[in-house]
Amino acid sequence: MTVRTAELAMAVVMALFSIYLMVKSAELPIGWISGEGPGGGAWPFWLSAVMLGACLWIIIQWFRGKSKLARSREVYIEPAVAIDVGLVAAALVITVALFYVIGVYGAVPLFLIFYIGFLGRHSALFTALVAIVVPVVTFFFFEIALKITLPKGYTEPLFYPLYRIFL
Amino acid sequence: MVEIFELLMQGFSVAFAPLNLMLIVAGCTIGLFIGAMPGLGSVNGVAILLPLTFLVPPEGAIIFLAAIYYGAMYGGAISSIMLGIPGASTAVATTFDGRPLAKQGLADKALTAAALGSFIGGTISIILFTLFAPPLAHVALVFGAPEEFALMMLAFSTFIGLGGDDIAKTIFSTCIGLVLAAVGLDIVSGEPRLIFGGITGFMHGINFLVLAIGIYGIGEMLWTIEENRKAGGVSMLSEATITLKRTLQSLKELLATWRTLIMGSFLGYFVGILPAAGATPGSLMAYGVAKQLSRKPEKFGKGALDGVVAPESANNAASTGSMLPMLTLGIPGSPTTAILLGGMVIWGLEPGPRLFVDHSNFVWGLIASLYAANLFAVVINIAFIPLFIWVLKLPFTILAPIIFVLCLVGGYAPTQDLHDVWLMLVFGFVGYLMRKLDYPLAPAVLAIVLGPLAEPALRQSLLIGNGSFAIFFNRPYSAVIMTTALILIALPIVRLVLARLGLGGNRARPPRSDEP
Repeated sequence: MTVRTAELAMAVVMALFSIYLMVKSAELPIGWISGEGPGGGAWPFWLSAVMLGACLWIIIQWFRGKSKLARSREVYIEPAVAIDVGLVAAALVITVALFYVIGVYGAVPLFLIFYIGFLGRHSALFTALVAIVVPVVTFFFFEIALKITLPKGYTEPLFYPLYRIFL
Repeated sequence: MVEIFELLMQGFSVAFAPLNLMLIVAGCTIGLFIGAMPGLGSVNGVAILLPLTFLVPPEGAIIFLAAIYYGAMYGGAISSIMLGIPGASTAVATTFDGRPLAKQGLADKALTAAALGSFIGGTISIILFTLFAPPLAHVALVFGAPEEFALMMLAFSTFIGLGGDDIAKTIFSTCIGLVLAAVGLDIVSGEPRLIFGGITGFMHGINFLVLAIGIYGIGEMLWTIEENRKAGGVSMLSEATITLKRTLQSLKELLATWRTLIMGSFLGYFVGILPAAGATPGSLMAYGVAKQLSRKPEKFGKGALDGVVAPESANNAASTGSMLPMLTLGIPGSPTTAILLGGMVIWGLEPGPRLFVDHSNFVWGLIASLYAANLFAVVINIAFIPLFIWVLKLPFTILAPIIFVLCLVGGYAPTQDLHDVWLMLVFGFVGYLMRKLDYPLAPAVLAIVLGPLAEPALRQSLLIGNGSFAIFFNRPYSAVIMTTALILIALPIVRLVLARLGLGGNRARPPRSDEP
């Protein structure tokens, strides 16, 4: 896909999204309610309308060939970049999905091993060190010092002894 | 004046008591690190450590919390500059020029500028606070909903200048930020609003940090991965070094920004004392004004030192300013002061004009401790700069996964809901794709911060004015602020039209800001 095509596609998608937002906003009153002022939907409705207007303006400029991007024949995302970015994006999605099952302290080390060991090609020893130190520091900083409980999935019972010691 | 001086001296004797001095140093250090973490800001630090303060007398307690507040204000700039992720909403504007400086290998200069900018902002504001505390409190009282909305409009008007040269995309970005801020329960009717697909996670609204970490954390890192691939594998986030010679050179360049420092400090302080305004609009407006006044506005967004010192001096000044309505009227100027206020009530102190009379030890102890906290915070901050620089020099394939982990955990921490982590990933991916098409994303982040303040102010104003927008022009303060805002919005558009007609020369196109 060229940058030119991507520019139009993004504007069209965002225009459709703006229309969706207008419809959703209109589920609440968008007019004046006596004694209450503007209805709850008015503020997002009119802002979405302005968004739609901005998208339509971008589309018009595209057809007129006015903007630099509307004339660009460059590739939007090069295949090599798509692989690099795609791999990391997929790893992030899988990591967050794993939070529900093996929790932060299971998923984060796996992510670190994948990134540092596999993508970064650092030594196994170093990778293992980071994969252990980061979750341990996270645990003490967030759970013990700041009292913010992170998701643990099915690994929750494993932490009971630690809670007993530190909390 | 002599009386103020005597009271201040009495305050210093409180602040420099050994226990209080220790609390100041501990508070500044803790605050610095909490502020430097993406996703955690002064609010988190003060809220989390509030229970600890019941162990010490009220003077010590407020001094400790104020030191955390100050430390976090300094710390917020660190992740903005080093990682391009604002640690807190108050440090959003610092990313605009701080990050480009770090990318050019000048992270040490940016960090020193931020620290000294914060110090100057803090010092000027504390002096103003000492001299004009009670009379200014009454100016803040005349600020109603129309004035607040006019102030928000003034903050929005600076967005137009912040965006790229595509005004349609800047307007789109600002509006989408405001709409995202409207997700959740309608504050007036209590009805659910914009709950997409009936997902309950949207009921609590979209926290600004979810969008900020998504765009500046996830999106920025994906962008860096792409840049690295194109550059044939650059292995560091920034090639910064720090030496005494470089630091002295930075200090020399910093002296040249004195006008911006003073402007940022005064503006930040006065915006800070207004109820419900606080440090975020203050730092943003200071950035906008610094760009408008600069002789080289085209440098902003590409690593201008003025672009770092303006928001940093303003957000520290505003944090001092926001304590004024808290102490004198019992009105918090920011979320953090709201928690401080809660603490004061628990300690058995009633905020209000009587506080200065009934508990002068407490008030003047606090004011004196602000001087001390400001001094300690700058020293501690500068002492840690070499450590921060060392972190930046780690290979990208080590630092990047750690930053991703910080983003995931930092995105979870504020609401403790995995829904927000998913949303953050979506914002990161979409933000990356939009950034490749030159959509300016900073206005969206700033709009989601100010949206929850702007909407109620507009609705209340329209209710007061029976639905007429004339309400904004009938009241003197609001009329002046609103007119300034409208002029600032119209200026770039007029310049653009003049340029199209061939009348404005090359000044006509607003410079493209390479936002982080």
